[in-house]
Amino acid sequence: MLKLEARPQASRLWTYASPVLALVLTVVLGVILFIALGKDPVRALQMFFWEPIKSGYALGELMVKATPLLLIALGLAVCFRSNVWNIGAEGQFVIGAVCAGGVAMLAGKDTGRWVVLAIVAAGVLGGMLWSGLTALLRDRFNASEILVSLMLVYVADMVLSYLVYGPWKDPAGYNFPQTKTFEAVTQIPRLMSGSRVSVGLLMALAAAGALWVFLFRTRAGFAQQVGGLAPDAARYAGFSSRKALWVALLTSGGAAGLAGALEVAGPIGQLTPYVPAGYGFAAIIVAFVGRLHPAGMVLSAVLMSMFYIGGELAQSRLGLPKSITGVFQGLLLFCLLACDTLVAYRLRWVSSQSSAKEGKV
Amino acid sequence: MESYALLVAATLNAGTVLALAALGLLINEKAGVLNLGAEGMMLCAAIAGFAAVIHTGNDWIGFAAGMGAGALLAAIFGGLVIWLGTNQYATGLALSLFGVGFSAFAGIGYVQEKLPERASHAIPWLTDIPLLGPAFFRQHPLVYVTIALVLGLIWFLYKSRPGLVLRSVGESPESAHALGYPVRRIRLLAVVVGGALCGLSGAYISVVYTPLWVEGMVAGKGWIALALTTFATWRPARVLLGAYLFGGVTMLQFHLQGAGVDMPSQLLTALPYVATIVVLALISRNPTWIRINMPASLGKPFHPGS
Amino acid sequence: MSFFQPPVTLFDQKGTDMTDISKRTVVKMVALTAVAAAALVGCGKKEEAPKAEAPAAAKAEPLKIAFAYVGPVGDGGWTFAHDNGRKALEKEFGDKIVTSFVEKVPESADAERVIRDMAGQGNKLIFGTTFGYMEPMLKAAADLKDVKFEHATGYKTAENMRTYDSRTYQGAYMAGVIAGKMTKTNTVGVVGSIPIPEVIRNINSFTLGAQSVNPKIKTKVVWVNDWFNPPKETEAATALINGGADVLMQNTDSPAVLQTAEKLGKRAFGWDSDMTAYGPKAHLGSAVINWGPYYIKATRDALEGKWATGQSWWGVKEGAIDFVSVAADVPEDAKKKLEEVKAGLKDGTFEIWKGPIVGQDGKEVLAKDAVADDKFLGGINFYVKGVEGKIPGGK
Repeated sequence: MLKLEARPQASRLWTYASPVLALVLTVVLGVILFIALGKDPVRALQMFFWEPIKSGYALGELMVKATPLLLIALGLAVCFRSNVWNIGAEGQFVIGAVCAGGVAMLAGKDTGRWVVLAIVAAGVLGGMLWSGLTALLRDRFNASEILVSLMLVYVADMVLSYLVYGPWKDPAGYNFPQTKTFEAVTQIPRLMSGSRVSVGLLMALAAAGALWVFLFRTRAGFAQQVGGLAPDAARYAGFSSRKALWVALLTSGGAAGLAGALEVAGPIGQLTPYVPAGYGFAAIIVAFVGRLHPAGMVLSAVLMSMFYIGGELAQSRLGLPKSITGVFQGLLLFCLLACDTLVAYRLRWVSSQSSAKEGKV
Repeated sequence: MESYALLVAATLNAGTVLALAALGLLINEKAGVLNLGAEGMMLCAAIAGFAAVIHTGNDWIGFAAGMGAGALLAAIFGGLVIWLGTNQYATGLALSLFGVGFSAFAGIGYVQEKLPERASHAIPWLTDIPLLGPAFFRQHPLVYVTIALVLGLIWFLYKSRPGLVLRSVGESPESAHALGYPVRRIRLLAVVVGGALCGLSGAYISVVYTPLWVEGMVAGKGWIALALTTFATWRPARVLLGAYLFGGVTMLQFHLQGAGVDMPSQLLTALPYVATIVVLALISRNPTWIRINMPASLGKPFHPGS
Repeated sequence: MSFFQPPVTLFDQKGTDMTDISKRTVVKMVALTAVAAAALVGCGKKEEAPKAEAPAAAKAEPLKIAFAYVGPVGDGGWTFAHDNGRKALEKEFGDKIVTSFVEKVPESADAERVIRDMAGQGNKLIFGTTFGYMEPMLKAAADLKDVKFEHATGYKTAENMRTYDSRTYQGAYMAGVIAGKMTKTNTVGVVGSIPIPEVIRNINSFTLGAQSVNPKIKTKVVWVNDWFNPPKETEAATALINGGADVLMQNTDSPAVLQTAEKLGKRAFGWDSDMTAYGPKAHLGSAVINWGPYYIKATRDALEGKWATGQSWWGVKEGAIDFVSVAADVPEDAKKKLEEVKAGLKDGTFEIWKGPIVGQDGKEVLAKDAVADDKFLGGINFYVKGVEGKIPGGK
């Protein structure tokens, strides 16, 4: 029978191979699912892995979806590495979008291009404000950042709803709950015409690079992580865990807020009650699947986007249910967690005779 | 006055949903395990229960199916977390996300289904007492079961030996292990029983509370239940009161609207969440209070022999 | 001090060197490429031609029509009604057309991608069935000049995009006529979805209809701020009943309101589709939308090259709105009044919004014998007298 044996030290091979194995497992389970639903599994896999990358336009759409996921995940990685469990990135995204939208609404036809910078800055600050609330409550009151950040997601949704139904509603919009469409000058610059990809993508990639430098090449980054990995050692070394808390939350709040600003001044172009798209939660999966490592997260953000877009296509072209996307995302994370045990444990085949000799465990 | 009685009745109903899930999570947490997957478990249980009633016509089989679904998912969570030592928060989140997606998927064929007519429950005689009758005695049996459950849990946790063992596992698994108790098995049992209760709550939602199936119908109640256990400082009676309070705020919002009170509806909708944050802040700031009430090993993995 | 003492490490692993990225990136790229390659290589057929590709040589290429739905086709309400319209199309035109749909398309940036993909798949007539698709469809329409876009319940048009809507307020009025006769407490309730003019108009029309047979009627409104949210709809309906309403109407898309009425022994109406089955004892009648006639006309326009932009608003007269499955215990005089109203709406002799109509504040909004035009109707954001409460975020 199979037995799990602890390894003397973590396996390097499996640290890298585990996400791959998890993906393979998810795909295998997916194929079984497709067959059970009576759909051609090869065509279904095509929807998920080929269609989203097969043309320039498709790649662009993939990047449009991956940009916010990556940005938020980068921020979350700082948090999770510091053992700060920010699961309210969705709320920070929304408040960032609200603040960015607020600035965008102020722009008129004659406003200069500089307003884009103001919008982005507003988004970052808004996200930081919201995550700062969580940090404050944890710092001063010891309140669990998990619960506080999560409750703040709902509050953020209500703030958005209040604004688009009330004071910020478009007066020329027939009382529909949405703001006016933002002036063209507020649009985040596109990378190329014919595609919706914006410079946000470059920002995200640059942020990934910056995170890599911070985490692995600076003392501050080291201090940040030690606070999470070994709080007692951190205290002994004089690294402030308070500082780590605030840095982690403000960074992830700012990242999520930036993502919100890019969405709202980008593909959406106004504030509506539908701004919250679940990216804050999906980014958690992106962060874990990417091993909390910037390069890994770039890849996992692309992978998650493929799941989203593939799921859409599978629905419209093959009649597969939309909820497939959610199933895959959840499955991927589960498989990853299961596969990760191979990092710390070894599977051994033990014959029943020898286990009987050893006696019951 | 009649409408106040009806508001109380509605509150009891809404609170029962939260209370059942929160009590399940309480059992988990008393043993030292934090299961963030409540939302996913409740949703899967909701579709399991709904489907079971569609096919068998029997509510109680539906509840059993819900409990089974919750227990099964909890067992998977427990296996991963307790034996394989995966991170509790990540695994719980994975369970939540997976449960949301899987329930939507499994429920596709049931979206337009209707359940057989729901029986109306009323305790004879008691229900005719003016005001108190409609307020308290026209509830589904599970409402009363929940109250009994709270009493039973109080007795179990604080007056019985097995309850003491459970609590000691949660406070100091090393000591319990040294005393010879199978810590991991006890934790797994707690997780599975807790999952079953979350499942019961989920099934109640889809079979009694809103007898329909819609994806995502739990709508965040799993997360509120998580907050509730902390809010109630891990005491069953307080969990029940807290659940009624939260259930009441939700119902209050609509009743105020219906009464013509002019407040932005978003403010009222946000109220339970803001209230949770406020209470969390207030109860967390006293570290002694936390040390007295929170199971000391909550969230920490346990490795025998380490 | 952290509140939940966290586990020491992330995955209980020790000593991983996180700086060596090359191995992992390579492995991941290889894996992704391998899967993509497998998908490519393994597949024999590429994107299929439309399903209805009969080998009949002389037949013209069937018109490809696509529908974007905001909800699930099984919602028993709004989307269900649209899908019934789509099925009516298939019945009417047979193999001259090929229809497809995508359900649960969110009213967000994703909608644009789905719509563009529909066009990319060869669909030349695309229906977007909710307000939130307006901006995405406009953007797509600007680029895809050879595709015709039909947007439901919106107000922006383009050369290749037009809007269509149904006069749901007529259905609401007819429900009101029945409600006015059936209520014993003289209080009726409406579970409101989102406070846009369409819904406020429906609340008002419901009230006007009830007042036409029972001037003492009062209407209470509770907003759920959502189109489709059965748990919230249940709670809202309970609140209305607890507040004294014994006949309920809704503008939300699920049968939860009717079910709640059934459970609590009150009466209610079906909305968008016939909901009798969800509450046989409580059901008084259903105000249904029949999208079939409009969809057939639109398709015929496209097939015959007569498609032109504009704004259509169809009601009982055109067969788009009806009130069906009236309960058996509704008194005869109410049924008779209902028939009169229906006939009047059908031949255009009866106008619901004809003055004198008074607003909540007592001021006249429509003078005696004045008939409201579509512009007036489209911008209604006030309650008529008899409706209690204030419109959220409005005047």
